Amino acid sequence: MLENWAPILIFFILAAGFGLVSLIMSYLFGVRKPDPRKLSPYECGVHPIGTARERCSVKFYLVAMLFLLFDIEAVFLFPWAVVYRELKLFGFFEMLLFILAILAGYIYVWKKGALEWER
Amino acid sequence: MIEYLMDSEFLLLLLKIIVIFGGVMGALAYLTWLERKVIARVQMRPGPTRVGPFGLLQPIADGLKFLFKEDVIPTNANTFLYVAAPVVSLIPALLSFSVIPFGPSLQITDLGVGLLFIFAITSLGVYGIVLGGWSSNSKYPLMGAMRSSAQMISYELSLTLSVVGVLLIANTLSLAQIVVSQQRTLLGFIPRWNIFLQPVAFLVYVISAVAETNRLPFDFAESEQELVAGWHTEYSSLKFAMFMLAEYANMVTVSALATIMFLGGWAGPMFGPALLQTALPTVWFVLKVGVFIFFYVLMRATVPRLRYDQLMKFGWKFLLPLSLANIVLTSLIVAIAAS
Repeated sequence: MLENWAPILIFFILAAGFGLVSLIMSYLFGVRKPDPRKLSPYECGVHPIGTARERCSVKFYLVAMLFLLFDIEAVFLFPWAVVYRELKLFGFFEMLLFILAILAGYIYVWKKGALEWER
Repeated sequence: MIEYLMDSEFLLLLLKIIVIFGGVMGALAYLTWLERKVIARVQMRPGPTRVGPFGLLQPIADGLKFLFKEDVIPTNANTFLYVAAPVVSLIPALLSFSVIPFGPSLQITDLGVGLLFIFAITSLGVYGIVLGGWSSNSKYPLMGAMRSSAQMISYELSLTLSVVGVLLIANTLSLAQIVVSQQRTLLGFIPRWNIFLQPVAFLVYVISAVAETNRLPFDFAESEQELVAGWHTEYSSLKFAMFMLAEYANMVTVSALATIMFLGGWAGPMFGPALLQTALPTVWFVLKVGVFIFFYVLMRATVPRLRYDQLMKFGWKFLLPLSLANIVLTSLIVAIAAS
Protein backbone atom coordinates (compact mmCIF):
# COMPACT_ATOMS: atom_id res chain seq x y z
CA MET A 1 0.00 0.00 0.00
CA LEU A 2 2.65 2.45 1.10
CA GLU A 3 4.94 1.73 -1.85
CA ASN A 4 2.19 3.18 -4.07
CA TRP A 5 2.77 6.51 -2.35
CA ALA A 6 6.58 6.52 -2.41
CA PRO A 7 6.71 7.71 -6.06
CA ILE A 8 4.49 10.63 -5.08
CA LEU A 9 6.99 11.61 -2.41
CA ILE A 10 9.79 11.53 -5.02
CA PHE A 11 7.69 13.61 -7.38
CA PHE A 12 6.91 16.05 -4.56
CA ILE A 13 10.63 16.46 -3.81
CA LEU A 14 11.28 17.05 -7.51
CA ALA A 15 8.53 19.68 -7.78
CA ALA A 16 9.53 21.43 -4.56
CA GLY A 17 13.18 21.33 -5.64
CA PHE A 18 12.28 22.91 -8.96
CA GLY A 19 10.42 25.69 -7.13
CA LEU A 20 13.23 26.34 -4.65
CA VAL A 21 15.94 26.31 -7.33
CA SER A 22 13.89 28.81 -9.35
CA LEU A 23 13.62 31.09 -6.30
CA ILE A 24 17.35 30.88 -5.64
CA MET A 25 18.27 31.39 -9.29
CA SER A 26 16.15 34.49 -9.68
CA TYR A 27 17.68 35.79 -6.43
CA LEU A 28 21.22 35.15 -7.74
CA PHE A 29 20.87 36.22 -11.36
CA GLY A 30 18.28 38.99 -11.18
CA VAL A 31 19.49 42.58 -11.24
CA ARG A 32 18.79 44.55 -8.07
CA LYS A 33 18.16 48.27 -8.32
CA PRO A 34 15.66 48.94 -5.54
CA ASP A 35 14.13 52.36 -5.07
CA PRO A 36 11.32 53.37 -2.72
CA ARG A 37 8.80 53.99 -5.49
CA LYS A 38 9.43 50.65 -7.14
CA LEU A 39 9.00 48.85 -3.82
CA SER A 40 5.76 50.59 -2.90
CA PRO A 41 2.40 48.87 -3.61
CA TYR A 42 1.40 49.19 -7.25
CA GLU A 43 -1.53 51.52 -7.79
CA CYS A 44 -1.30 52.45 -11.46
CA GLY A 45 1.23 55.25 -10.83
CA VAL A 46 -0.78 57.02 -8.12
CA HIS A 47 0.54 57.30 -4.56
CA PRO A 48 -1.00 54.45 -2.56
CA ILE A 49 -4.09 55.55 -0.65
CA GLY A 50 -4.85 53.74 2.62
CA THR A 51 -3.82 50.16 3.20
CA ALA A 52 -4.82 46.86 1.66
CA ARG A 53 -5.50 45.39 5.09
CA GLU A 54 -9.15 46.34 5.14
CA ARG A 55 -12.21 44.31 5.96
CA CYS A 56 -13.68 42.47 3.02
CA SER A 57 -17.27 41.77 2.12
CA VAL A 58 -19.11 39.22 4.25
CA LYS A 59 -20.35 37.51 1.08
CA PHE A 60 -17.00 35.82 0.63
CA TYR A 61 -17.32 34.17 4.05
CA LEU A 62 -20.86 33.11 3.22
CA VAL A 63 -19.65 31.42 0.05
CA ALA A 64 -16.92 29.67 2.02
CA MET A 65 -19.42 28.29 4.55
CA LEU A 66 -21.86 27.14 1.88
CA PHE A 67 -18.94 25.48 0.09
CA LEU A 68 -18.08 23.50 3.20
CA LEU A 69 -21.64 22.21 3.53
CA PHE A 70 -21.95 21.10 -0.07
CA ASP A 71 -18.43 19.74 -0.26
CA ILE A 72 -19.18 17.40 2.63
CA GLU A 73 -22.08 16.17 0.54
CA ALA A 74 -19.66 15.47 -2.31
CA VAL A 75 -17.40 13.58 0.11
CA PHE A 76 -20.34 11.33 1.04
CA LEU A 77 -21.25 10.78 -2.61
CA PHE A 78 -17.79 9.56 -3.68
CA PRO A 79 -17.61 6.29 -1.67
CA TRP A 80 -21.31 5.74 -2.27
CA ALA A 81 -20.78 5.92 -6.04
CA VAL A 82 -17.85 3.49 -5.92
CA VAL A 83 -19.82 0.70 -4.20
CA TYR A 84 -23.10 1.60 -5.86
CA ARG A 85 -23.45 -1.56 -7.99
CA GLU A 86 -23.64 -3.70 -4.84
CA LEU A 87 -26.16 -1.43 -3.13
CA LYS A 88 -28.62 -1.31 -6.06
CA LEU A 89 -32.04 0.28 -5.39
CA PHE A 90 -31.49 0.30 -1.62
CA GLY A 91 -28.48 2.56 -2.14
CA PHE A 92 -30.48 4.73 -4.48
CA PHE A 93 -33.27 5.45 -1.99
CA GLU A 94 -30.84 5.94 0.91
CA MET A 95 -28.92 8.55 -1.07
CA LEU A 96 -32.14 10.10 -2.41
CA LEU A 97 -33.17 10.82 1.19
CA PHE A 98 -29.78 12.42 1.84
CA ILE A 99 -29.92 14.51 -1.33
CA LEU A 100 -33.48 15.61 -0.51
CA ALA A 101 -32.32 16.78 2.92
CA ILE A 102 -29.49 18.73 1.30
CA LEU A 103 -31.91 20.05 -1.31
CA ALA A 104 -34.19 21.41 1.42
CA GLY A 105 -31.24 23.33 2.81
CA TYR A 106 -30.30 24.49 -0.68
CA ILE A 107 -33.81 25.84 -1.34
CA TYR A 108 -33.79 27.57 2.05
CA VAL A 109 -30.45 29.23 1.27
CA TRP A 110 -31.73 30.30 -2.15
CA LYS A 111 -34.97 31.76 -0.71
CA LYS A 112 -33.01 33.60 1.99
CA GLY A 113 -31.03 35.27 -0.79
CA ALA A 114 -27.62 33.96 0.20
CA LEU A 115 -26.91 33.10 -3.43
CA GLU A 116 -27.64 36.64 -4.68
CA TRP A 117 -24.30 38.31 -5.20
CA GLU A 118 -25.53 41.80 -6.00
CA ARG A 119 -27.43 42.41 -2.74
CA MET B 1 17.96 0.21 1.25
CA ILE B 2 20.81 0.08 -1.29
CA GLU B 3 19.33 -3.04 -2.88
CA TYR B 4 15.98 -1.31 -3.15
CA LEU B 5 17.58 1.70 -4.82
CA MET B 6 19.43 -0.52 -7.30
CA ASP B 7 16.31 -2.59 -7.99
CA SER B 8 15.35 -2.56 -11.68
CA GLU B 9 11.75 -1.71 -10.76
CA PHE B 10 12.92 1.36 -8.89
CA LEU B 11 15.16 2.42 -11.78
CA LEU B 12 12.19 2.05 -14.12
CA LEU B 13 10.15 4.21 -11.78
CA LEU B 14 12.87 6.87 -11.74
CA LEU B 15 12.99 6.77 -15.55
CA LYS B 16 9.21 7.22 -15.71
CA ILE B 17 9.35 10.13 -13.28
CA ILE B 18 12.09 11.83 -15.29
CA VAL B 19 10.27 11.26 -18.61
CA ILE B 20 6.95 12.55 -17.28
CA PHE B 21 8.43 15.50 -15.37
CA GLY B 22 10.58 16.53 -18.32
CA GLY B 23 7.81 15.98 -20.83
CA VAL B 24 5.31 17.96 -18.80
CA MET B 25 7.74 20.83 -18.24
CA GLY B 26 8.56 21.00 -21.95
CA ALA B 27 4.89 20.82 -22.86
CA LEU B 28 4.04 23.62 -20.41
CA ALA B 29 6.73 25.86 -21.89
CA TYR B 30 5.46 25.25 -25.42
CA LEU B 31 1.87 25.78 -24.35
CA THR B 32 2.72 29.46 -23.90
CA TRP B 33 3.99 29.49 -27.49
CA LEU B 34 0.87 27.66 -28.72
CA GLU B 35 -1.43 30.03 -26.89
CA ARG B 36 0.28 33.16 -28.21
CA LYS B 37 0.34 31.75 -31.74
CA VAL B 38 -3.31 30.67 -31.79
CA ILE B 39 -4.59 33.90 -30.25
CA ALA B 40 -2.49 35.87 -32.69
CA ARG B 41 -3.97 33.95 -35.63
CA VAL B 42 -7.50 34.53 -34.33
CA GLN B 43 -6.73 38.25 -34.17
CA MET B 44 -5.07 38.21 -37.63
CA ARG B 45 -1.57 38.82 -36.23
CA PRO B 46 1.47 36.64 -36.95
CA GLY B 47 2.33 36.11 -33.27
CA PRO B 48 5.91 35.30 -32.18
CA THR B 49 8.07 34.90 -35.32
CA ARG B 50 11.47 36.42 -34.49
CA VAL B 51 13.12 33.89 -32.16
CA GLY B 52 13.84 30.75 -34.16
CA PRO B 53 11.69 29.29 -36.95
CA PHE B 54 7.99 30.13 -36.35
CA GLY B 55 9.10 31.67 -33.05
CA LEU B 56 9.70 28.16 -31.70
CA LEU B 57 12.54 29.28 -29.44
CA GLN B 58 10.35 31.95 -27.85
CA PRO B 59 9.64 29.95 -24.63
CA ILE B 60 13.40 29.56 -24.04
CA ALA B 61 13.98 33.26 -24.61
CA ASP B 62 11.12 34.05 -22.22
CA GLY B 63 12.60 31.75 -19.58
CA LEU B 64 15.98 33.44 -19.80
CA LYS B 65 14.35 36.85 -19.64
CA PHE B 66 12.45 35.87 -16.49
CA LEU B 67 15.70 34.64 -14.97
CA PHE B 68 17.51 37.95 -15.39
CA LYS B 69 14.61 40.20 -14.37
CA GLU B 70 14.68 42.08 -11.10
CA ASP B 71 13.27 40.12 -8.18
CA VAL B 72 11.05 42.80 -6.64
CA ILE B 73 9.81 42.27 -3.07
CA PRO B 74 7.62 45.23 -2.03
CA THR B 75 8.63 46.82 1.28
CA ASN B 76 5.34 46.29 3.09
CA ALA B 77 4.76 42.78 1.75
CA ASN B 78 4.82 39.86 4.14
CA THR B 79 8.19 38.60 2.86
CA PHE B 80 8.06 34.93 3.81
CA LEU B 81 4.55 34.29 2.47
CA TYR B 82 5.24 36.46 -0.54
CA VAL B 83 8.24 34.34 -1.50
CA ALA B 84 6.57 31.04 -0.59
CA ALA B 85 3.31 31.62 -2.49
CA PRO B 86 4.60 30.79 -6.01
CA VAL B 87 6.06 27.51 -4.76
CA VAL B 88 2.85 26.72 -2.87
CA SER B 89 1.03 27.31 -6.13
CA LEU B 90 3.40 25.26 -8.27
CA ILE B 91 3.83 22.10 -6.17
CA PRO B 92 0.19 20.92 -6.15
CA ALA B 93 -0.15 21.85 -9.81
CA LEU B 94 2.76 19.58 -10.75
CA LEU B 95 2.01 16.87 -8.19
CA SER B 96 -1.21 15.82 -9.89
CA PHE B 97 0.83 14.52 -12.84
CA SER B 98 2.14 11.73 -10.61
CA VAL B 99 -1.14 9.79 -10.88
CA ILE B 100 -2.25 10.64 -14.42
CA PRO B 101 -2.00 7.65 -16.79
CA PHE B 102 -0.41 8.90 -20.01
CA GLY B 103 -0.56 5.34 -21.38
CA PRO B 104 -1.18 1.79 -20.15
CA SER B 105 2.31 1.66 -18.60
CA LEU B 106 3.32 5.33 -18.60
CA GLN B 107 1.93 6.20 -15.19
CA ILE B 108 4.10 6.94 -12.18
CA THR B 109 1.77 5.34 -9.66
CA ASP B 110 -1.78 4.06 -9.93
CA LEU B 111 -3.36 4.98 -6.61
CA GLY B 112 -6.57 3.25 -5.64
CA VAL B 113 -7.91 6.70 -4.78
CA GLY B 114 -6.29 8.50 -7.74
CA LEU B 115 -9.25 10.71 -8.58
CA LEU B 116 -9.74 11.76 -4.97
CA PHE B 117 -6.01 12.48 -4.73
CA ILE B 118 -6.13 14.78 -7.76
CA PHE B 119 -9.13 16.69 -6.41
CA ALA B 120 -7.49 17.02 -3.00
CA ILE B 121 -4.22 18.25 -4.50
CA THR B 122 -5.68 20.64 -7.07
CA SER B 123 -7.93 22.28 -4.50
CA LEU B 124 -4.77 23.19 -2.58
CA GLY B 125 -3.84 25.42 -5.52
CA VAL B 126 -6.16 28.11 -4.24
CA TYR B 127 -3.81 28.61 -1.27
CA GLY B 128 -1.03 29.81 -3.57
CA ILE B 129 -3.31 32.44 -5.07
CA VAL B 130 -4.75 33.61 -1.76
CA LEU B 131 -1.36 33.73 -0.01
CA GLY B 132 0.20 35.54 -2.97
CA GLY B 133 -2.62 38.06 -3.15
CA TRP B 134 -2.81 38.68 0.58
CA SER B 135 0.92 38.82 1.31
CA SER B 136 1.53 41.40 -1.46
CA ASN B 137 -0.26 43.88 0.81
CA SER B 138 -1.59 45.77 -2.17
CA LYS B 139 -5.17 46.35 -3.24
CA TYR B 140 -5.41 44.77 -6.67
CA PRO B 141 -3.77 41.47 -5.67
CA LEU B 142 -6.01 41.25 -2.60
CA MET B 143 -9.16 41.80 -4.66
CA GLY B 144 -8.04 39.28 -7.25
CA ALA B 145 -7.26 36.72 -4.56
CA MET B 146 -10.62 37.19 -2.79
CA ARG B 147 -12.55 36.89 -6.01
CA SER B 148 -10.63 33.89 -7.19
CA SER B 149 -10.93 31.99 -3.91
CA ALA B 150 -14.73 32.40 -3.88
CA GLN B 151 -14.88 31.45 -7.55
CA MET B 152 -12.68 28.40 -7.24
CA ILE B 153 -14.49 26.91 -4.27
CA SER B 154 -17.87 27.58 -5.89
CA TYR B 155 -16.95 25.77 -9.08
CA GLU B 156 -15.13 23.01 -7.29
CA LEU B 157 -18.54 21.84 -6.08
CA SER B 158 -20.01 21.30 -9.53
CA LEU B 159 -16.67 19.90 -10.72
CA THR B 160 -16.56 17.19 -8.06
CA LEU B 161 -20.30 16.48 -8.30
CA SER B 162 -20.19 16.09 -12.08
CA VAL B 163 -17.59 13.36 -11.68
CA VAL B 164 -19.88 11.29 -9.42
CA GLY B 165 -21.94 10.36 -12.49
CA VAL B 166 -18.86 8.80 -14.07
CA LEU B 167 -18.00 7.00 -10.82
CA LEU B 168 -21.47 5.46 -10.72
CA ILE B 169 -20.69 3.81 -14.06
CA ALA B 170 -17.00 2.99 -13.53
CA ASN B 171 -17.26 2.06 -9.80
CA THR B 172 -13.61 2.83 -9.13
CA LEU B 173 -11.48 5.82 -8.18
CA SER B 174 -8.34 4.52 -9.84
CA LEU B 175 -7.67 6.55 -12.98
CA ALA B 176 -6.18 3.64 -14.95
CA GLN B 177 -9.21 1.49 -14.18
CA ILE B 178 -11.60 4.25 -15.21
CA VAL B 179 -9.86 4.25 -18.60
CA VAL B 180 -9.99 0.44 -18.82
CA SER B 181 -13.71 0.47 -18.01
CA GLN B 182 -14.31 2.52 -21.16
CA GLN B 183 -12.56 0.12 -23.55
CA ARG B 184 -15.69 -1.72 -24.68
CA THR B 185 -18.00 -0.54 -27.47
CA LEU B 186 -21.67 0.42 -27.65
CA LEU B 187 -23.74 -1.19 -30.43
CA GLY B 188 -20.54 -2.72 -31.75
CA PHE B 189 -18.89 0.38 -33.23
CA ILE B 190 -19.28 3.44 -30.95
CA PRO B 191 -16.54 3.45 -28.28
CA ARG B 192 -18.10 3.18 -24.82
CA TRP B 193 -16.69 6.48 -23.67
CA ASN B 194 -18.39 8.18 -20.79
CA ILE B 195 -19.07 11.29 -22.87
CA PHE B 196 -21.86 9.33 -24.63
CA LEU B 197 -23.22 7.95 -21.36
CA GLN B 198 -22.80 11.17 -19.33
CA PRO B 199 -23.19 14.13 -21.71
CA VAL B 200 -24.57 16.43 -18.99
CA ALA B 201 -21.75 15.59 -16.61
CA PHE B 202 -19.26 16.26 -19.41
CA LEU B 203 -20.75 19.69 -20.07
CA VAL B 204 -20.77 20.61 -16.38
CA TYR B 205 -17.22 19.32 -16.00
CA VAL B 206 -15.83 21.30 -18.93
CA ILE B 207 -17.45 24.56 -17.83
CA SER B 208 -16.41 24.14 -14.19
CA ALA B 209 -12.90 23.18 -15.24
CA VAL B 210 -12.49 26.46 -17.11
CA ALA B 211 -13.64 28.36 -14.02
CA GLU B 212 -11.48 26.22 -11.74
CA THR B 213 -8.33 27.08 -13.66
CA ASN B 214 -9.13 30.81 -13.77
CA ARG B 215 -9.22 30.97 -17.55
CA LEU B 216 -11.30 33.25 -19.71
CA PRO B 217 -14.28 33.72 -19.71
CA PHE B 218 -13.92 33.16 -15.94
CA ASP B 219 -10.52 34.76 -15.28
CA PHE B 220 -11.65 36.95 -12.36
CA ALA B 221 -8.44 36.28 -10.49
CA GLU B 222 -6.63 38.25 -13.15
CA SER B 223 -9.17 40.36 -15.07
CA GLU B 224 -6.49 42.73 -16.31
CA GLN B 225 -8.88 45.52 -17.35
CA GLU B 226 -10.13 45.89 -13.78
CA LEU B 227 -7.37 44.59 -11.52
CA VAL B 228 -4.14 45.24 -13.50
CA ALA B 229 -2.99 41.61 -13.23
CA GLY B 230 -5.00 40.36 -10.26
CA TRP B 231 -3.26 38.32 -7.62
CA HIS B 232 0.20 38.42 -9.21
CA THR B 233 0.35 42.19 -9.84
CA GLU B 234 3.33 42.60 -7.52
CA TYR B 235 5.23 39.55 -8.73
CA SER B 236 8.18 39.60 -11.11
CA SER B 237 10.99 37.37 -12.41
CA LEU B 238 10.83 33.59 -11.95
CA LYS B 239 8.20 33.97 -9.20
CA PHE B 240 5.80 35.28 -11.81
CA ALA B 241 6.91 32.53 -14.18
CA MET B 242 6.06 29.94 -11.53
CA PHE B 243 2.53 31.29 -11.18
CA MET B 244 2.14 31.09 -14.95
CA LEU B 245 3.57 27.57 -14.99
CA ALA B 246 1.12 26.53 -12.28
CA GLU B 247 -1.79 27.97 -14.24
CA TYR B 248 -0.81 26.07 -17.38
CA ALA B 249 -0.15 22.90 -15.39
CA ASN B 250 -3.65 23.11 -13.91
CA MET B 251 -5.03 23.57 -17.40
CA VAL B 252 -3.26 20.41 -18.59
CA THR B 253 -4.42 18.51 -15.48
CA VAL B 254 -8.10 19.27 -15.95
CA SER B 255 -7.80 18.49 -19.67
CA ALA B 256 -6.10 15.19 -18.91
CA LEU B 257 -8.77 14.39 -16.34
CA ALA B 258 -11.50 15.15 -18.87
CA THR B 259 -9.76 12.84 -21.34
CA ILE B 260 -9.47 10.07 -18.77
CA MET B 261 -13.00 10.29 -17.48
CA PHE B 262 -15.01 11.15 -20.58
CA LEU B 263 -12.97 10.42 -23.70
CA GLY B 264 -11.58 6.97 -22.96
CA GLY B 265 -8.07 8.06 -21.95
CA TRP B 266 -5.40 6.44 -24.09
CA ALA B 267 -7.92 4.40 -26.14
CA GLY B 268 -7.68 4.70 -29.92
CA PRO B 269 -7.14 2.70 -33.08
CA MET B 270 -4.12 0.39 -32.86
CA PHE B 271 -2.08 -0.58 -35.90
CA GLY B 272 1.47 -1.06 -37.19
CA PRO B 273 4.48 -2.86 -35.71
CA ALA B 274 4.88 -3.66 -32.02
CA LEU B 275 7.08 -0.66 -31.29
CA LEU B 276 4.50 1.70 -32.72
CA GLN B 277 1.77 -0.07 -30.77
CA THR B 278 3.47 0.70 -27.47
CA ALA B 279 3.76 4.39 -28.37
CA LEU B 280 0.29 4.85 -29.89
CA PRO B 281 -1.77 5.00 -26.65
CA THR B 282 0.34 7.91 -25.40
CA VAL B 283 -0.05 9.63 -28.78
CA TRP B 284 -3.84 9.31 -28.60
CA PHE B 285 -3.83 10.56 -25.02
CA VAL B 286 -1.73 13.61 -25.86
CA LEU B 287 -3.88 14.33 -28.92
CA LYS B 288 -7.09 14.24 -26.89
CA VAL B 289 -5.60 16.50 -24.21
CA GLY B 290 -4.41 18.79 -27.02
CA VAL B 291 -7.96 19.14 -28.33
CA PHE B 292 -9.11 20.34 -24.91
CA ILE B 293 -6.24 22.79 -24.62
CA PHE B 294 -6.90 24.13 -28.10
CA PHE B 295 -10.52 24.61 -27.05
CA TYR B 296 -9.35 26.52 -23.96
CA VAL B 297 -7.17 28.82 -26.04
CA LEU B 298 -9.95 29.44 -28.57
CA MET B 299 -12.31 30.28 -25.69
CA ARG B 300 -9.82 32.82 -24.43
CA ALA B 301 -9.53 34.35 -27.89
CA THR B 302 -13.25 34.59 -28.62
CA VAL B 303 -15.43 34.77 -25.48
CA PRO B 304 -15.69 37.96 -23.42
CA ARG B 305 -15.42 37.87 -19.62
CA LEU B 306 -18.59 37.47 -17.59
CA ARG B 307 -19.61 39.75 -14.73
CA TYR B 308 -18.76 38.48 -11.24
CA ASP B 309 -22.38 38.20 -10.07
CA GLN B 310 -23.24 36.32 -13.27
CA LEU B 311 -20.42 33.91 -12.53
CA MET B 312 -21.60 33.18 -8.99
CA LYS B 313 -25.22 32.91 -10.08
CA PHE B 314 -24.31 30.51 -12.89
CA GLY B 315 -22.26 28.28 -10.61
CA TRP B 316 -24.62 28.12 -7.64
CA LYS B 317 -28.01 28.32 -9.32
CA PHE B 318 -27.43 26.41 -12.54
CA LEU B 319 -24.41 24.09 -12.51
CA LEU B 320 -24.88 22.82 -8.93
CA PRO B 321 -28.56 21.76 -9.28
CA LEU B 322 -27.83 20.40 -12.75
CA SER B 323 -25.04 18.15 -11.53
CA LEU B 324 -27.18 16.98 -8.58
CA ALA B 325 -30.04 16.13 -10.93
CA ASN B 326 -27.58 14.27 -13.13
CA ILE B 327 -26.45 12.18 -10.16
CA VAL B 328 -30.01 11.26 -9.18
CA LEU B 329 -30.97 10.34 -12.75
CA THR B 330 -27.79 8.35 -13.42
CA SER B 331 -28.05 6.41 -10.16
CA LEU B 332 -31.69 5.54 -10.88
CA ILE B 333 -30.80 4.20 -14.34
CA VAL B 334 -27.79 2.27 -13.02
CA ALA B 335 -29.86 0.78 -10.18
CA ILE B 336 -32.60 -0.35 -12.55
CA ALA B 337 -30.05 -1.79 -14.97
CA ALA B 338 -28.24 -3.62 -12.15
CA SER B 339 -31.31 -5.22 -10.55
